Amino acid sequence: MSLDPKFLAYENLRHGMDHDRYAWSMLERREPIAWPRDAPLALWINVCVEHFPLNPQSQGFKAPGNMTMPYPDLRHYSLRDYGNRVGIFRILQALKRYGLKASFAVNGEVAERYPYLVQRLAETGSEFLAHGWNMDCAHASGMDEATERRWITDTLAVLGRLAGAPIRGWLGPARSQSQRTPELLAEAGLAWCADWINDDLPYAFRTGQGDLVNLPLSLELEDRFIIGDNLHSEVEYADQLIDAADFLLAEAHQRGGRLLALNIHPWVIGQPHRIGQLERVFEHLRGLAGQIWNASPSEIARAGLSPVTAAP
Amino acid sequence: MKSDPGLYGYLPWDRRPEIRWPDGARVAVWVAPNIEFYELDPPVNPQRKPWPRPVPDVTGYATRDYGNRVGHLRMMRVLDQFGIRGSVSLSTAMLTHHPEIIDLVLERDWELFSHGIYNTRYTYGLSEDQEREMIADAMQRISDYSGQHCDGYLAPALSHSEHTIDLFAEAGGTYTCDLFHDDQPTPVITRSGKRFVSVPYSLELNDTIVYVVNKIEPRRYGEMICRAFDRLYAEGERSGTVLCLPLHAYQVGHPHRLAAFQRALDYVCSHHGVWLATGREIARHYLDHHYDDAVATIRRIEEEAA
Repeated sequence: MSLDPKFLAYENLRHGMDHDRYAWSMLERREPIAWPRDAPLALWINVCVEHFPLNPQSQGFKAPGNMTMPYPDLRHYSLRDYGNRVGIFRILQALKRYGLKASFAVNGEVAERYPYLVQRLAETGSEFLAHGWNMDCAHASGMDEATERRWITDTLAVLGRLAGAPIRGWLGPARSQSQRTPELLAEAGLAWCADWINDDLPYAFRTGQGDLVNLPLSLELEDRFIIGDNLHSEVEYADQLIDAADFLLAEAHQRGGRLLALNIHPWVIGQPHRIGQLERVFEHLRGLAGQIWNASPSEIARAGLSPVTAAP
Repeated sequence: MKSDPGLYGYLPWDRRPEIRWPDGARVAVWVAPNIEFYELDPPVNPQRKPWPRPVPDVTGYATRDYGNRVGHLRMMRVLDQFGIRGSVSLSTAMLTHHPEIIDLVLERDWELFSHGIYNTRYTYGLSEDQEREMIADAMQRISDYSGQHCDGYLAPALSHSEHTIDLFAEAGGTYTCDLFHDDQPTPVITRSGKRFVSVPYSLELNDTIVYVVNKIEPRRYGEMICRAFDRLYAEGERSGTVLCLPLHAYQVGHPHRLAAFQRALDYVCSHHGVWLATGREIARHYLDHHYDDAVATIRRIEEEAA
């Protein structure tokens, strides 16, 4: 028994990355970042507003949170929709109560189905991100290019109409990308994406249609990841976010600006037994107010980009 | 296929010759940062897929890349604080992709041992000649870059063949981290009959196993380390034990995890009688002072059983 010789050939063994999307760069070897108002820590709170169809096609792969039971999986369908009916309003109230700003990453189909909700979110003056057409639209290599382009442009069209300002940022459903997604995002006029979770600061991301910025939105600190995948309690979830905030703040004081990027889902954290723990995190963050720059992601992407991360 | 790997004889915990660590230490503590490279689009091994999602698996790849861009330096600063030298389980492709990280390792006088070429190239399906070539290639890369002889092996992504440990011993290795059968070093039987040992590399306290497989909370991982240490320290009064902490900068190096880990190290290092060692030093000490006694004891126990 043996394998083809290609298994012992290392075609992309070279200095730097094994692809050309972004330059190899260690965070601590870059010039320190200074955020506006000399705040050591930037805070980005992003709320995902999502639609999970009852009849998923699961092209490419099935994104987490999709239906798992035989059709019709009413329990998962309705539990996800809970977020758009109830959970999101608890989050809005918590943001207001603690004086915090968030962005909203919205599926195109949510905007189409629930324009009221998007108008309500737009009243807060927050930034919108395009979050793909729906949560069954994972972008994957091998899929039809026209379909992928349509998912992007349709989302931008319907969301852009309701948002009141051009959409600049993208978060793929389940942070999915095909080999050509970055080109399609740039072609559609987007400035940045949040899918690559390999850094604590933004960096330049190369596409054949001009550079994007990648602004990493932590997966490890996400409610769905900690509570849904890891099955940690809501109290543990809050502890972990508070530990992360304190750690990054201490590091930022010594080594330059850092970013705390918190991604939350109304269908997860908006449940009545969990929302109080999100409020505990918000209370902690409010307590750090003088040291935190709570900004929109486009502002953070602009202020945090280091020239040494320019694409290769 | 065999029903028993045949790599070690039975040596019960209550019938062992005493192990004495240098300076009367009770516990040898070694920390093994895995410094790894995962390829975005490797050739797909017939027995194991590298990524669950279609290429590019953005979250899988970027999660690992976080360790290289952000985590290693953060983790090194914590280990520096306690004077801990890491024993690096190295994807040797890192010597080419990201030598800047390896230079930081060598400045600190850490040990490098082999973890294969890439952590996305599995041993499954390689012929014996192919595996021999891969093992020798990785050892050569370490010595070319660092001048260190590669003494230890942890197979890439813990993927093995029936010959893996034989081949590494024949290539001049001294110890393996691939066996999880003990809290002390033990002799390992290889076909060449070379003096070769297993150094405990705890899978149960490996941060990836802890956080990802067993889904343990960050603060609880710290508590687990302290509890494991307490027991090994108490038992080490009679005969020296080993506590290994295998780490990944892309796991423990996250901002919600590192402080809890640091508190655990602080607890461990506040004790007298802790030998902060490297894998190579533990293997060497055991080979020089305890290996022959252990082999003789195992033989006696086997004779009694017969």
